[in-house]
Amino acid sequence: MTTIQDELQNLPPEKLVVEGVSKWFRTRRANVHALDNVSLNVKEGEFVCLVGASGCGKSTLLNIIAGLETPDRGQVLADGKLVTGPGRERMMMFQESALFPWLDVMGNLMFGLKLKPKLTRKERRRVAMFYLQLVGLEKFMDASIHELSGGMKQRVALARALAPNPRVLLMDEPFAALDALTREQLYGDIQEIWEKRRKTILFVTHNVREAACLGDRVVLFSPHPGQIKEEFSIDLPRPRDINSVELAKFSTSITRALKYHLRKSAGEVDE
Amino acid sequence: MKRWILPTLCFLAFLALWEWLVRAGTWSRVLVPSPLDVGAYFVTAFREGTLWPAIYVTMKRLVLGYAVGLAAGLPLGLLNARFKVLEDTLGVVALGLQTLPSVCWAPLALLWFGQTETAMFFIVIMGSLWSVMLATDNGVRNVPPIYARAARTMGSRGLHTWLRVILPGSLPFVVSGMKQGWAFAWRSLMAAEIFIAIPTGSGLGTLLHYGRELNAMDQVIGIMLVIVIIGLLADKILFSPVERFLHRRWGTSK
Ligand SMILES: Nc1ncnc2c1ncn2[C@@H]1O[C@H](COP(=O)(O)OP(=O)(O)OP(=O)(O)O)[C@@H](O)[C@H]1O
Ligand SMILES: [Mg+2]
Repeated sequence: MTTIQDELQNLPPEKLVVEGVSKWFRTRRANVHALDNVSLNVKEGEFVCLVGASGCGKSTLLNIIAGLETPDRGQVLADGKLVTGPGRERMMMFQESALFPWLDVMGNLMFGLKLKPKLTRKERRRVAMFYLQLVGLEKFMDASIHELSGGMKQRVALARALAPNPRVLLMDEPFAALDALTREQLYGDIQEIWEKRRKTILFVTHNVREAACLGDRVVLFSPHPGQIKEEFSIDLPRPRDINSVELAKFSTSITRALKYHLRKSAGEVDE
Repeated sequence: MKRWILPTLCFLAFLALWEWLVRAGTWSRVLVPSPLDVGAYFVTAFREGTLWPAIYVTMKRLVLGYAVGLAAGLPLGLLNARFKVLEDTLGVVALGLQTLPSVCWAPLALLWFGQTETAMFFIVIMGSLWSVMLATDNGVRNVPPIYARAARTMGSRGLHTWLRVILPGSLPFVVSGMKQGWAFAWRSLMAAEIFIAIPTGSGLGTLLHYGRELNAMDQVIGIMLVIVIIGLLADKILFSPVERFLHRRWGTSK
């Protein structure tokens, strides 16, 4: 006989718990209500995509989960512990690539690795090379950041975020600046990394198809104030092809819901 | 290679013209010596060994004073950008003192330290400290905050963030401040050396001053030439490589 307590303990722990998070930005011009009572649970190893119109607080939520910003209300737990600041196990990939211009490509990858204890110099270099190869930029290891195209910068940023092997990846529109071909290749890569390493990924995107292709779950945001409106479970087998017909069905219904919530928040539709 | 030929020819032509004008008796030879006279001065100065010690004395004052200015200016600039209290106090003072030509410190330095090397150091330090500090401060404020945020997610904290992210991120500003600090220090030292005689050693400025008193215009022009060359060398050896690196990394060169 197992009691309900035992059963609860044996449940896989929630990797990330966002509880009633609200955030306001007070500027001289206005008081922006960026997030309103947002709650979200992400299981260990889950791939969750956040979609929503521009300005509905997706980046803000990611920053709060990363520990770079504090919520005005509510809290975030990672592995059951309150998030009070950034931590290496939650790596963030920013909307702008945020690569360091004073370091070359290799130096950028090594930055996070050097901060990881118990790694020899050789191991660090090997890990860095591995991820550079993964994003197909090993030829550019000595290049300066300004010599890279926008898409290449995003790939270096991806490699830099992956290199320290974090458990949680917070990705803020990482592929928005890429061409379709590179993007498709990276969809494959990211799914592979995710499956092999059992990472937990929170992925922000504007692209509904991209969300349906990558996510176990797609979470819909609506703006003014930023709220979670709806969730879709995508139970398609992996690896998924972004051009498949089944995927198109999901993305159509998500798009429809997105449009509906946008019109509603603009006051065009009654409850 | 070809880049050297034209400037060399121009300089030679200029020297020839100068020599010819002097020989033609355009000016009194006492007021304007010919290039050959200046060359002769160098030969005797080096043979008698008056020039090297002066260069050594001057460079020692400059390099040591500048080093202290850097060593104090960089951390002060970082602290100034970090703490509001400092910004409102020391920051304002620095802004004011930066506008003060540092040779204006000479009277005070003489009163405080007497006719000593310390007085010279003091003037050089005052010349470089404030520009270095303000440039560092300004540079730090111009580092996009996203760099520090990215570093923090990768596990960088406190001092590590300051030394590995904020400082290198502000390098383009810091280096131009260092250059300005160098120029200010150099100028103030020359002014001070002409103005103050220090018994423990005569620098280039002192020789310049003697040249005027002795009406030895070949010496005056010769020393001025040395001062110009030192300035050029400092730029080429100290700052050019750093600036080239910055341009290459940041992609700011054409
Ligand atoms: N630092 C800040 N100061 C003031 N307002 C802010 C700040 N950061 C975000 N905001 C405001 O909060 C709201 C949410 O911003 P956020 O960047 O989270 O949107 P987003 O969903 O990521 O948009 P996008 O898809 O365009 O990246 C916006 O209205 C924005 O103006
Ligand atoms: Mg955003």
